[in-house]
Amino acid sequence: MVDAPEPIISVEDLNFYYSESQALTNINLKIVRSQVTALIGPSGCGKSTFLRLLNRMNDLIPGTRVEGRVIFEGVNLYGPEVDPVQVRRRIGMVFQKPNPFPKSIYNNVAYGPRLHGLRDRAKLDELVERSLKAAAIWEEVKDILHQSALGLSGGQQQRLCIARAVAMEPEVLLMDEPTSALDPIATARIEELVKELKRNYTVIIVTHNMQQAARVSDETAFFYMGRLVEMGPTEEIFTRPRKEQTEHYITGRFG
Amino acid sequence: MSNISPAQSVATQPLAGPAAGAAKGVAASSPPARTPIGARNRDRETWIRIVFTAAGLFSVVVMALIVLFLFREGVYLFKTVSLTDFIFGTAWYPTYDPPDFGIGPLIVGSMSVTLVSSLIAVPLGVGAALYLAEVASPRVREWVKPGVELLASLPSVVLGFVGMVVIAPLMQEMLDIPTGLNILNASLMLALMAIPTITSISEDALYAVPRDLMEASLALGATRWETLTRVLLPGALSGVGTAVILGMSRAMGETMVVLMVAGGAAQIPTSLFDSVRPMPATIAAEMGETPFGSEHYYALFAIGIVLFLLTLGFNLVAAWISGRFQQKGAATL
Repeated sequence: MVDAPEPIISVEDLNFYYSESQALTNINLKIVRSQVTALIGPSGCGKSTFLRLLNRMNDLIPGTRVEGRVIFEGVNLYGPEVDPVQVRRRIGMVFQKPNPFPKSIYNNVAYGPRLHGLRDRAKLDELVERSLKAAAIWEEVKDILHQSALGLSGGQQQRLCIARAVAMEPEVLLMDEPTSALDPIATARIEELVKELKRNYTVIIVTHNMQQAARVSDETAFFYMGRLVEMGPTEEIFTRPRKEQTEHYITGRFG
Repeated sequence: MSNISPAQSVATQPLAGPAAGAAKGVAASSPPARTPIGARNRDRETWIRIVFTAAGLFSVVVMALIVLFLFREGVYLFKTVSLTDFIFGTAWYPTYDPPDFGIGPLIVGSMSVTLVSSLIAVPLGVGAALYLAEVASPRVREWVKPGVELLASLPSVVLGFVGMVVIAPLMQEMLDIPTGLNILNASLMLALMAIPTITSISEDALYAVPRDLMEASLALGATRWETLTRVLLPGALSGVGTAVILGMSRAMGETMVVLMVAGGAAQIPTSLFDSVRPMPATIAAEMGETPFGSEHYYALFAIGIVLFLLTLGFNLVAAWISGRFQQKGAATL
């Protein structure tokens, strides 16, 4: 928050409810463009819920209610005229478990662009290649593009899912614990990739793993019991947090 | 358990207080309630295995015997009638002199009601499955699904009855046709029978498609409809395909409905409103009045063979479809 650069997303007075229970209380924060922001906190603190609010994935859960505003490039995503489908085309998402479609590698990546109406074979080929390269998996799959994506390893599948999201050329990439189902080597590759991705995208990553947050992110937000406790440059959060709760969490006293 | 004597601590049996007390008397020499390893258990397991194997084989053996009987009786016909005349012959006059045993019209009759009923039942059945899996709220689903399945428990004679006394006169009057007992009427009733099968199996298949995949699709900016047609339906393809084939095979083999509402004319139909005489109806209608061992009697068995092979074919196709696409569907994590 030191001489704050231009934010791509600002969240104002956000409250979120699952039927009766309040999951997020009064969240205010700004996400900086072309940086990696990590959301950390113990299980059930609301960090994943918050992430899913940023591309309106929580709309899919019946009985939920949102108050407050999420401003993305000047537009309130929860404004009445906003189409969630359009939001999701510009704010992509990678999930906790790799979830490639039971289609070929090529068709997984081409899925989104085709929805957009891109039919031109040459352009599709080019986009698929570029996306797979951006997700650092091109070398491994360039000869098996038309084989099923389900034949890939877990780590490869997750990178494919990143490629699939990248193929939409979103401005923001949301990642919901993208390495929690992966082994350490695959995790390291994804982390490398996240650092690469911030050149072209704004990345927001939820993680359980504090070392991961420290390694990959520029900004860190600490959530606890549905509230944002503290947010700041990652280095500061990890070396001299201002709040006691943050310190307790990062030193492993709870969580 | 501080009061354990050395003898007891050697005997491994007692674990709890009371048991320890009971074991005291016999402790050292013969530990109680210890079956020798193997022996008796193995005997019992052998028996259990034999009983279950017999139960399992029973239906297979009975099935084999029925098929054997069917073929044994049926082939006699081909001493006097050639296979091509039988299958492709267009005249079925089994009681004339000389009789004609051409089942072409009967096969066409069966095919036409099966086809038309699938055209009605598949969109409705799969549509209902999509509604249940994706659109209906859990509360509605809880009521509608058993309702659809209840339709399957309607005795076919009741459906036949409805077709005969309700639909047929209605159709005859409204469309001004000679008879309401025709292909369309029979197909409607058969569709009602096939819909629960199709809906129930399809819905299970749709439900089995991982939610993750739908989320992935929606997160890529797909609409609900795009997700439905591009992820959900392809993912459930094997199940839906199986459901459709089984529904068709049910319509093909169904007897009572077609006997009552298909009209019973052994002719090659030219319109939806023509009467037909599907194979099962023919067998059911004529078997009672046929002298045992006559040519006509054998001919009916031969029809049984044809019907059996057709439904067998349907079921093999269903098995092949579900096997072929299964890997794709199930291997999704």
